Amino acid sequence: MATTSSETPTHLPDDELQAQFEATIERGDRIEPRDWMPEGYRKTVVRQVAQHAHSEIIGMQPEGNWITRAPSLRRKAILLAKVQDEAGHGLYLYSAAETLGVSRQELTEMLIEGRQKYSSIFNYPTLSYADVGAIGWLVDGAAICNQVPLCRTSYGPYGRAMIRICKEESFHQRQGYELLMTMMRGTDEQRAMVQESVDRFWWPALMMFGPPDADSPNTAQSMAWGIKRNTNDDLRQRFVDMSVPQAEALGVTFPDPELAWNEERGHYDFGEPDWEEFMQVVKGNGPCNAQRIAHRRRAHDDGAWVREAATAFADAQAGEAAS
Amino acid sequence: MTGPGREREWPLYEVFVRGKRGLNHVHVGSLHAPDDEMALRHARDVYTRRNEGVSIWVVRADAITASSPDEKDPLFAPSGDKVYRHPTFYAIPDDVPHM
Repeated sequence: MATTSSETPTHLPDDELQAQFEATIERGDRIEPRDWMPEGYRKTVVRQVAQHAHSEIIGMQPEGNWITRAPSLRRKAILLAKVQDEAGHGLYLYSAAETLGVSRQELTEMLIEGRQKYSSIFNYPTLSYADVGAIGWLVDGAAICNQVPLCRTSYGPYGRAMIRICKEESFHQRQGYELLMTMMRGTDEQRAMVQESVDRFWWPALMMFGPPDADSPNTAQSMAWGIKRNTNDDLRQRFVDMSVPQAEALGVTFPDPELAWNEERGHYDFGEPDWEEFMQVVKGNGPCNAQRIAHRRRAHDDGAWVREAATAFADAQAGEAAS
Repeated sequence: MTGPGREREWPLYEVFVRGKRGLNHVHVGSLHAPDDEMALRHARDVYTRRNEGVSIWVVRADAITASSPDEKDPLFAPSGDKVYRHPTFYAIPDDVPHM
């Protein structure tokens, strides 16, 4: 249940509540909305879940860009379903964040005023229809790597939202890969489009896991609290290892001369993403940051009359029922 | 309810879905809607895009009465010391059939 208030269950002193909280996490049990929790835990979960929700909502835009120009009715129906899923994922996650006492309206405002972030990947443009495929394969593939362990995150409502999301993400990745396979069976020009798209999305996809562990100061605390389950670098390595054979099967290459199998480690070695570029995009200087936020703000403003009308209608109905 | 310059927020609804005939409705999540009927429509779009259900209940979150969250709540204490309510409390010889 998404009750928004947090009540201290008993009149125990703080250190005892803290001990109970830690014991719950130690047992692998979930923290639920009305449990006592340290303020830092609450803030971290709200920030992470809100950022995740915003990413789903903003994530509708790069692909939504191509809905009206889908190459066939089949592709259009698939793309519509996928973008609708992103909206749904955003809603599951906003609900999870709201269980910690933050309101939907505040969350929306924090996004459109730039006070909360979303994944930097969505600040890159989609220049061809092959990008719909590359996003499904690589971006949603990276998201799955990130999200599957989050199904076991310590905050109950977040974990439950992630379970629903992961079930649906698998369709996203597979439709993308299938789209690219179809193009690879086409003309030389189409194959070149796929390679060009993969070249553009590979590095930004690797950046989705966040900065290297050495530069990720919050990771240790988030892992101690069971909010995060793996470090950024572990997940990035897992993603690279999964993607290389998929690229081979597809017949494309990744734009990284250092990419090579390391027999000793049992993993692929790979080059360092351009972290300067990453920081620039996070700070708001990516190719599409301003456009994404402006679009979200416009959608919110343009929808104001619909929200008002629905509220007025509900009030009128309630008045009629009462009289 | 309405702050200055702010929209009034739509109430929160909890959503319960019956996955198929013969099963209970199970809580699946929550959403905001202006009224009951819209809550039902939104619930269909948000929580049953892949045939997840044959029936939906929506109920305003503020209409739910909940027990206190503490697991060691005295509310649940009465059942804690009544092991004789469980079948495993009774020792029956192994050779007694169908028991």
